[in-house]
Amino acid sequence: MSTEIIYTVISLTAIGIIAAVVIYFVSKKFAVQEDPRISNVESVLPNTNCGGCGHPGCHAFAVAVVNAGDLSSLHCPVGGNSVMKRVADILGVQAVEKDPYIAVVRCSGSFEHRKKTSVYNGTSSCKIEANLYSGDTGCAYGCLGHGDCVDVCDFDAMYIDEKTGLPVIVEDKCTACNACVNECPKDILELWPKGKKNQRVYVACLNEEKGSTARKECAVACSGCSKCFESCRYDAISMVNNLAHIDPDKCKLCMECVGTCDVHNIITANVTPEKLQQGDEQRLKHEERARKKREAEKLAAQQSNNEPPQA
Amino acid sequence: MSLHKHKTFSIGGVHPDENKLSAHTPITPLELPKMVIIPITQHIGAPAKIIVQRGDAVKAGQIIATHEGFVSSNIHSSVSGKVGIIEEVMDSTGFKHTAISIRVKGDEWVENIDRTDTLIEEVALSPKEIVARIMESGVVGMGGAAFPSHVKLSVPEGKHVDHLIINGVECEPFLTADHRLMVEKPKEIIVGVKILMKALGVDKAIIGIEDNKADAIEIFENLLVTEPGISVEALEVQYPQGGEKQLIQALLNREVPSGGLPSDVGVIVHNVGTTYAIYQAVQKNIPLVERVVTVTGKSVKQPSNFLVRIGTPVIDVLIAAGGVPEDTGKIVSGGPMMGKAIADLDVPVAKGTSGILLIPKEDSMREEVYNCVHCGKCIEACPMGLEPYRLLLLAKKGNHSRAKEEHIIDCIECGSCSFVCPSNRPILDYIRLGKTQLKKQKKP
Repeated sequence: MSTEIIYTVISLTAIGIIAAVVIYFVSKKFAVQEDPRISNVESVLPNTNCGGCGHPGCHAFAVAVVNAGDLSSLHCPVGGNSVMKRVADILGVQAVEKDPYIAVVRCSGSFEHRKKTSVYNGTSSCKIEANLYSGDTGCAYGCLGHGDCVDVCDFDAMYIDEKTGLPVIVEDKCTACNACVNECPKDILELWPKGKKNQRVYVACLNEEKGSTARKECAVACSGCSKCFESCRYDAISMVNNLAHIDPDKCKLCMECVGTCDVHNIITANVTPEKLQQGDEQRLKHEERARKKREAEKLAAQQSNNEPPQA
Repeated sequence: MSLHKHKTFSIGGVHPDENKLSAHTPITPLELPKMVIIPITQHIGAPAKIIVQRGDAVKAGQIIATHEGFVSSNIHSSVSGKVGIIEEVMDSTGFKHTAISIRVKGDEWVENIDRTDTLIEEVALSPKEIVARIMESGVVGMGGAAFPSHVKLSVPEGKHVDHLIINGVECEPFLTADHRLMVEKPKEIIVGVKILMKALGVDKAIIGIEDNKADAIEIFENLLVTEPGISVEALEVQYPQGGEKQLIQALLNREVPSGGLPSDVGVIVHNVGTTYAIYQAVQKNIPLVERVVTVTGKSVKQPSNFLVRIGTPVIDVLIAAGGVPEDTGKIVSGGPMMGKAIADLDVPVAKGTSGILLIPKEDSMREEVYNCVHCGKCIEACPMGLEPYRLLLLAKKGNHSRAKEEHIIDCIECGSCSFVCPSNRPILDYIRLGKTQLKKQKKP
């Protein structure tokens, strides 16, 4: 009995050793030469394999970085500038600083603002609902609220607020990996520059209907009244298809437009109430100045008309 | 019903309860509504181009939107009156599309339209003229898909068509619009078949009818004794017998190749409703402005078949059938298998609306979804020989290339898989999603 065990152990050990030797030589003989920098770069990357950089995983990004040798068109949004600096150090090239981005939710149509017009009873998935019909509320542009975006978030940076039925982005956790943006069938989510001191201003509506229709569908819909557009001194707001849009590249974060919105749907992030008030005061000052200027011009025009023709 | 077994398609299929409640209710013309809403996208293909303006006076049968390109269709005013607001409204697809509203005033028709009941048997027009007339009259497939009929009749060069099949199957439970039309207008339909045969240059036509419509089969058998080229064939009751590909296979034992068209196997299929509309268009010069709509449901007071002007709001049709019962949970445009729930009662009846079905609350809600138990029932039921449970998973994961390899595009969306699934899995929902996303991927 004991001899059988001993033979078994010895023979298995022998097979193991022989196999190990064979594998050792085979691995030496057929070793794949890979640029050592690739594994170095990979080790400093976040290794979340989120695909936010546009490559299928961190290894592929590392390969792309090493092969490109130039970092101007490659960026890891999750790691941000600090990781890209370390990658640049490994490769010995110049790091390219990029502004950090964050996802924003461009819909404010919460349960109280947007009445349900039908009951959706199908699969709880925004993509499927959007494929079937324009949605269970009057607004065909708004959030459907099933949380497809939350499901794809690898960073726990999103949740659906039960009171409003809208997704919320957790600021510290969002890495701007773009996963939710790609997932949303209504294109509600958008990557937005994080902004100076993390301050951001955006219009949280995508409804392109005419003002009256839009307001019937949702109490906080952008009606395209253009008040914010007129208040902007930096040409950062555009009105397209009855909808205001703030261009984050042109926006100077003066906060003057925020107070103009009838339905308070110009959303700010990390802006103090004092700054908002300052913005309002500034706007009023500018409006007053413009009004005085107009009056002066009018007066001047009247005077020139009233003056008797010179003989 | 005869004892010998009738023809049917070979793979898959299901047997939902027939529930043909309105099978013996004659078609009655619906009272003119106060206002019609006519969408410019009632067909597959490019939306029609609007040629009227707000305030214009129009007559019934007048073109109000012209076809844009070949795969498109003319839209005619179904009533006489004044053009109202032109805006985006929700239609039976569940999405907003541009529509022309017309306030009804009187019932005045365009001059050269023959509204009498006299049967004109002689087909005077040449094949080319027939196709042109059908295109002009805005006739589209009335079985539900609403594919422009003139496109189907223009067989591409190099393809030889030897058979015309007239689809009188009406395999959807509840619906009886085609059935009633076959019982009440058989002579007109036969002339329509002759028109189609002339246009296509074929000498054989088969009218396929499910054997639960024995009266219609008998009528056609008696009438067709003197017509050597046209025959009527009884088919077994099995869903989806009325699928184009299933019908061809059942009647002629020919298989349409994957991604192909019936004309690839020498067949053209038209629905009986379409055939009747073609008769009206070619012989009587009546454009497609009205259609038969079945209003039905277990608790509907008077399940009926109405002759409805295109653009009539669904609510008007429902009121004529005795109003909306209190226990209604869902209102579906079309049949229970392939129809689509509508979200608004002002949705207009379109060219492809074959029925309006009211489902009571207890039947309308979806049941709890369980995990797939790999029983294979969906595979057995699929009339296209696909593996629906796999397509669901692939579509859910977004693996479009694999889904394509598994022929997701060949799905005819009949819903047999979801119907038989013991776990109530939303199979068709995901397959539809997969198809949409695959198509989207191809475009850019």
